[in-house]
Amino acid sequence: MLFFSYFKDLVGQEVTVELKNDLAIRGTLHSVDQYLNIKLENTKVVDQDKYPHMLSVRNCFIRGSVVRYVQLPKDGVDVDLLHDAARREARGG
Amino acid sequence: MSGEEDATVREPLDLIRLSLDERIYVKLRSDRELRGKLHAFDQHLNMILGDVEETITTVEIDDETYEEIVRTTKRTIDYLFVRGDGVILVAPPLRTALG
Repeated sequence: MLFFSYFKDLVGQEVTVELKNDLAIRGTLHSVDQYLNIKLENTKVVDQDKYPHMLSVRNCFIRGSVVRYVQLPKDGVDVDLLHDAARREARGG
Repeated sequence: MSGEEDATVREPLDLIRLSLDERIYVKLRSDRELRGKLHAFDQHLNMILGDVEETITTVEIDDETYEEIVRTTKRTIDYLFVRGDGVILVAPPLRTALG
């Protein structure tokens, strides 16, 4: 739940999602769900010459399981808030 | 602060909890490694790291000599969310590194 809440607060900011197939997509975070599936708007593929597959795509849904990284904006991280939340995060059980 | 958090280390995730706000080393799948400051994590080992350096290791084999050429590519990222299913291990930074 921690990262679901974090991403919900990040909606509207620009992020770069790097997928497990090495494709990187930059866009505005539109929405997220409990599986950390992501919907991006105004998307642009990072290396368009190498990956021309999505030249005309402007909005996309990304399955959470194919994400490797999400590059976050410098001011999108409240370090203290995250630390507290992580400390409190219930043990896996 | 609440001061209600349990300070006893009971399970492996508690060990990672001790590294919050500290620099850590993360080994990932696909021959990748990260070094950065741990800001958050969960039971899946999803993490948010800050001031991250990613190292990607590739091995090229020369067609004729069959020698292995090991190359590393590095890049830095300010803040990175890492999905837990790619994580192999988490440790304090190795002292043999740039230090």
